[in-house]
Amino acid sequence: MAFKIIASQCTQCGACEFECPSVAIKFKGEAYVIDPNKCTECKEAADTQQCVSVCPVPKTCVPA
Amino acid sequence: MSAPTISLEGLTSATGFDELLATARSGGCASSTCGVAGKPEDMDPAVWDKIKDHPCFSEEAHHFFARMHVAVAPACNVQCNYCNRKYDCANESRPGVVSEKLTPDQALRKVIAVANEVPQLSVLGIAGPGDACYDWKKTRATFESVAREIPDIKLCVSTNGLALPDHVAELADMNVDHVTITINMVDPEVGAKIYPWIFYDHRRYGGIEAARILHERQMLGLEMLTARGILTKINSVMIPGVNDEHLIDVNKLVKERGAFLHNVMPLISDPAHGTHYGLTGQRGPNATELKALQDRLDGGAKLMRHCRQCRADAVGLLGGDRGQEFTLDRIAGKDTYDSSKREAYRQVVAHERRDHVAARSAAIGMVKAAGSGKSLLVAVATKGGGRVNEHFGHAREFQLFEASPKGIRIVGHRKVEQYCVGGWGEKATLDGVIAALEGIDIVLCAKIGNCPKDQLAEAGIRATDAYGHDYIETAISAVYATAFAIGPLAATA
Repeated sequence: MAFKIIASQCTQCGACEFECPSVAIKFKGEAYVIDPNKCTECKEAADTQQCVSVCPVPKTCVPA
Repeated sequence: MSAPTISLEGLTSATGFDELLATARSGGCASSTCGVAGKPEDMDPAVWDKIKDHPCFSEEAHHFFARMHVAVAPACNVQCNYCNRKYDCANESRPGVVSEKLTPDQALRKVIAVANEVPQLSVLGIAGPGDACYDWKKTRATFESVAREIPDIKLCVSTNGLALPDHVAELADMNVDHVTITINMVDPEVGAKIYPWIFYDHRRYGGIEAARILHERQMLGLEMLTARGILTKINSVMIPGVNDEHLIDVNKLVKERGAFLHNVMPLISDPAHGTHYGLTGQRGPNATELKALQDRLDGGAKLMRHCRQCRADAVGLLGGDRGQEFTLDRIAGKDTYDSSKREAYRQVVAHERRDHVAARSAAIGMVKAAGSGKSLLVAVATKGGGRVNEHFGHAREFQLFEASPKGIRIVGHRKVEQYCVGGWGEKATLDGVIAALEGIDIVLCAKIGNCPKDQLAEAGIRATDAYGHDYIETAISAVYATAFAIGPLAATA
């Protein structure tokens, strides 16, 4: 399982990119994208999904 | 319409010292009082040396020097109820708003382009749209490359304080002399009404716990900066009914911890901005409430009164944003830094401000000594240099000064729509200007036509261009003397 970013909601602040413990988030073209192969939903790494916790806009980092 | 130019007009086109000096003092001013120290009487020389070219930290410097912000730090670790990260607009001027985010490389190019074009530039700040200390890698990369190219530029950051303690040592190493911390509360109960959540130590916290952590980190960061001799400005957003009375405690506590300056700013809560406060109808304070609170804080930490709540990508003197002239598509690809304009400008300012400080202190002394017990609220049209040198119809803001038994001091500013465009004035615009000048006793400007002058008079506001190109304080003291029938000051400056 992985998370994804709803690009139309995203403010492109980039906080998720540097908080992601799996280095799964990159800025590609015009938007931040989560690599589903790298995303672990932060299992073992943290209590909550880091991208969801830091994202300033609700419902922008969501289960894919 | 072209972008506003609030620079000292002639100073930006001329480059030689004599040429610049001649332009700076054109009109009205005769004598010279060289040899008087450029610093205010009550200030420690070491501190003055740090702030004398910083427009935000020194009210005197804001007449002469410009700052620029580069928007390299969009990520934030605190959510504030007065901030909405999703919307911004090129026509708005408020903290947190930017037209384009920059990478550290783009920021370097922009700083060089501005340094080559705006000789008044003295300070580079990183103030958002997120938090400079949280988005630290980009902040550090930007400072390091700019300091290599332009060694004499002052560096400063603005932060919410949560990540500040982690970076104080590096800030000191990079010679960052000025840090602004936004502190809206010292009581977590109050904080819980301002901050819905924070992200700290890999977790999102809410409620009182979030506010308590933020408060503790802010106090720690402030103490660490004070211990290293880094000057701090505390920004507080005044939110009526939430923290307005509480800011008296904030002022006391930050002063005890060594804060250099306290800047109380009014909440901006237009519903169109989509912030929590905007949507829930939380109102901001009016100009009178803000001034009343600032007056009550006098005697605590020194207050900043000349803040314009600028954008996180502002460029230029505080009164006029030139950011639109330096968007990425307008700046050349591989400019190299040319120090000649900034150096020439600095020489002129060094010379000019000695005069200004002497004239200013004479004028203030006169008003204090008059013993009239009365006060005057004066609106001044100026485009910099500490002089009454802007036409009434060209002004986009008026600086507000109060002359009273305490002396002459800046108490704020009023933004207006430019009344005269291409030689013609619109009646409706003038009505707006007059409304913005409510409560003002007299308007000073370089030139004003009979029509707007009469209209102002009908609204009970006097306006005069009799002191055009004089120093602001000299002109105000003359007006004060006339108003209260005191012998006027002999011509200075």
